[in-house]
Amino acid sequence: MSAESGAAKTPAEYVSHHLMHLTSNHDAGFVTMSNWHIDTLFFSTVLGLVFLTLFRLAAVRATSGVPGKLQNFVEIIIEFVDNSVKDSFKGDRSFLAPFALTIFCWVFLWNCMDLVPVDLLPLFGEHVLGLHALRVVPSADMSATFALSLSVFFFIFWYSFKSKGVVGFAKEFLTHPFGAKLLPFNIILNTVEYLAKPLSLALRLFGNLYAGELIFILIALLPWWAQVIPGMGWMIFHILVVTLQAFIFMTLTIVYLSMANENHDAEHH
Amino acid sequence: MQASIPSIVGQMIVFAIFVWFTMKFVWPPITKALDERQKRIADGLAAAEKGQKALTEASSRSDEALKAARITAQEIVAAANKQATQLVEQARAEAESEKKRIVEAGHAEVVRELTQAKDALRQQVGELAIAGASKILKREINAGAHAELISELAAKV
Repeated sequence: MSAESGAAKTPAEYVSHHLMHLTSNHDAGFVTMSNWHIDTLFFSTVLGLVFLTLFRLAAVRATSGVPGKLQNFVEIIIEFVDNSVKDSFKGDRSFLAPFALTIFCWVFLWNCMDLVPVDLLPLFGEHVLGLHALRVVPSADMSATFALSLSVFFFIFWYSFKSKGVVGFAKEFLTHPFGAKLLPFNIILNTVEYLAKPLSLALRLFGNLYAGELIFILIALLPWWAQVIPGMGWMIFHILVVTLQAFIFMTLTIVYLSMANENHDAEHH
Repeated sequence: MQASIPSIVGQMIVFAIFVWFTMKFVWPPITKALDERQKRIADGLAAAEKGQKALTEASSRSDEALKAARITAQEIVAAANKQATQLVEQARAEAESEKKRIVEAGHAEVVRELTQAKDALRQQVGELAIAGASKILKREINAGAHAELISELAAKV
């Protein structure tokens, strides 16, 4: 894998080239306002369409009689997600359940891109399409993971406002958990608590997949005969990581939104 | 490693569209099919249970009917046996009396014929005696003088 592209490059160049995005310009800042990550957007959208096509196909053919293989598969996932939501979320699931399903399947497919050989698509992009760089794992890009976690963050407020009202939410934000007398501490604690949710969601997924990708890149630097055993081991381990991270992201989303949906005042009275 | 704000925003928009699509076109048909299947299975199980109960009922009813039919059959057989015995007895009695009658009739005939034969014989013996006597006496006595004696003799035979 690495022999061809690695021949002209030092290992450091090889690794850093693999960590470069296909971007719209050359802004290299940590946070960029103008630079589009075309590869991330492309692959995540394509994977999302794969998910939607597959599930829509099953939905169109859905029958209450004997289900086919595709419908069985889709039903297993949907029941699994629906049960996860049902377990912690008390209320109308018609939004949250599809939301959680989209997150689970989409993130799972993103993570699965980590199982594609690291050089395969970048080499194809470089030699066939003439792309200067290509990263194929959307969840190894903070832009993708933060997009999800910020959407979740938005719905945390949405559910909070819906269950408590804006005033009730503000009251809880200012007086919980230490009472009105320690207002500044409440503000600090709650701010940290609320910011921790999207940050931890996004960074957990990003960190796991970024690290996974990096290990694959490092394994690809080994001579070809030494790649088989570590590559296979890391790959098998990664099957677990891929599924687990998608599951964790979905579960935490459900938990956060369930917490936001609970009305503490209503429970006390 | 870079966080791209336009990518984040674009990604969020894509995500929103995907969630909307899932919510509108993927989730409802499949959960509807699941619910319907659940209902159908529940209905099927209930129907099976009902059928089982009906089957038990019907089999107990048929057992009862069978038992009743067996009793009736036994009664009929017993009655038929009784009737047959009666018929045989009756026939035997009739045959017995017929036999008796025939035997008696035979006996009476025999007696009658015997009497007739005796009478005829007596008659013939009388005549014979008279003839014999008359032949003997023809020469010694005339028939008129000794007729009383001869009829007395004939009566004694």
